[in-house]
Amino acid sequence: MAAHQTNLMTIHQDDIAKLCRLAQIALDDGERAATNADLDKMIQMIDVLQSIDTDGVEPLAHPLDAAQRLRADEITELVDRDRYQASAPAVQDGLYLVPRVL
Amino acid sequence: MTAPWESVIGLEVHVQLATRSKLFSGASTAFGAPPNSQACPVDLALPGALPVLNREAVRMAVTFGVAIGATINPFSVFDRKNYFYPDLPKGYQISQFERPVVGAGKLEITLQDGTRRTVRITRAHLEEDAGKSLHEKFAGKTGIDLNRAGTPLLEIVSEPDLRSAAEAAAYFKKLHALVRYLRICDGNLSEGSMRCDANVSIRRAGVESLGERTEIKNLNSFRFLERAINVEINRQIGRLEAGEVIFRETLLYDSDRDETRPMRSKELSDDYRYFPEPDLLPLEFDTAFIDAARAALPELPDAKRERYIADLALPEYDANWLTEDPDVAAYFEAVMASFGNARLAANWAKVAANWVMGEVSAAVNRDQISFAAIPLRPAQLAALLARIGDATISGKIAKSLFDQLWRSDDPTLDVAAMIAAQGLEQLSDTGALESLVAAAIDENPAQVEQYRAGKEKVLGFFVGQVMKASAGKADPKQLNALLKSALAKD
Repeated sequence: MAAHQTNLMTIHQDDIAKLCRLAQIALDDGERAATNADLDKMIQMIDVLQSIDTDGVEPLAHPLDAAQRLRADEITELVDRDRYQASAPAVQDGLYLVPRVL
Repeated sequence: MTAPWESVIGLEVHVQLATRSKLFSGASTAFGAPPNSQACPVDLALPGALPVLNREAVRMAVTFGVAIGATINPFSVFDRKNYFYPDLPKGYQISQFERPVVGAGKLEITLQDGTRRTVRITRAHLEEDAGKSLHEKFAGKTGIDLNRAGTPLLEIVSEPDLRSAAEAAAYFKKLHALVRYLRICDGNLSEGSMRCDANVSIRRAGVESLGERTEIKNLNSFRFLERAINVEINRQIGRLEAGEVIFRETLLYDSDRDETRPMRSKELSDDYRYFPEPDLLPLEFDTAFIDAARAALPELPDAKRERYIADLALPEYDANWLTEDPDVAAYFEAVMASFGNARLAANWAKVAANWVMGEVSAAVNRDQISFAAIPLRPAQLAALLARIGDATISGKIAKSLFDQLWRSDDPTLDVAAMIAAQGLEQLSDTGALESLVAAAIDENPAQVEQYRAGKEKVLGFFVGQVMKASAGKADPKQLNALLKSALAKD
């Protein structure tokens, strides 16, 4: 049974590089080593969790045992654009400006 | 002999749901507002802002599900789909991954040659739209408009059941008609209300396994969808026949160059690191919610088309034409209802269909309006057709009255009163017609000679003369008979 298996997965530098790329963060060598150690601990924790017998236990979608409340389809937000844009580094013609992405 | 190539296509269609407010915030979804004037703290991903789900979007998703006979999941979950792009301020899109609200269903499509095919739908899930990036406007910068961020989308995923670009276009068209009938989407393709991604692969006919597929992103017209898929099928065939392989990649279709091009690097695609959205509880509803959506379903296009054929004796072509767009069908049915009882109306069906498909449709196209905004009230058109039917006016006069009614701002204009006021009744008084016929014969002795010498085409000349003299009001049938008998005499 998968639930009783231990993965004993370890994180490699390749994985760190991929995660950095996906998360769009840059880590120096020292940070990489520290992150590697942290992630290894997390994986070990997950391995412990994996060893628990969960047969017959319903998957949990959310720690709070409640259903989503729904709201009526009404326009309740009047947008004060100038106020929201005051904290943006660059704004022009009502648009937020970011470094060119294409 | 090598078996021929077969293409295998599946579509992911994004339908923008016609709610007033966004999926998770109370900001307006109206199209065309000034940039960022409809982007509230939730849409902007300001710290501490939390999503609250729009009930109407859920109702619309369930409505679609029951319309395609799908499994409805009374318990579904929202997930975060993570990727970085400046028009996605949270750094993730709230979507549904493992437990979508709508499960498996199916849709029947009709091809050009009349063949029907069933397309399996894998799932349909709720998700939020991203904002818009404007790359051209500013030097070295990209402008971001977040008005569209958070707009509710229903993503409808099909199985790879489509076998040609034409089938894919037929499926997209069918979905377009369906969501408009259900009133869950305005169907406005040019405003991006429906967008489609196509997964395309090819294999030799008879082979079970699927070839490597590519995904063409963001197709938003029936024509481009068909062209892009055909271009991609040919590109894949070309590669395989040249001994090359197909890479799984995401493509964009360039309509100017009529080619598909890679969109972004393969290594990053499809690694969205989905995980359950902790800011939203699971979506749960009871069977009463599903039953209410089912009870509120309108008559759907297929059922309507069959009814037009069976009850109104309309040809299949007419029935298809009239039921493709719910606004057209609604107008046609309002005209029919104006004829009074159903039995009487059925007699008028073909005439009414001809006028709706002919004059009305031509005027709609000329003025570039929708069938929902026709200035001519259905009762006015019905009254006009009834006066042709009882021979009060000729078809020609009817067309001139049609134009007057169309251009008038006065919805109370009465067809009978207009006919009386303008003296447009068809001239079917035999005595009056006979004297016009006699005058035409007296005035044109040369043409009379020709006719009597066997040149029967000259009859048309006399019809024209009398029509002119009667200001177009002569009853053509009666006139023909009178002319023939008068010309036959010495």
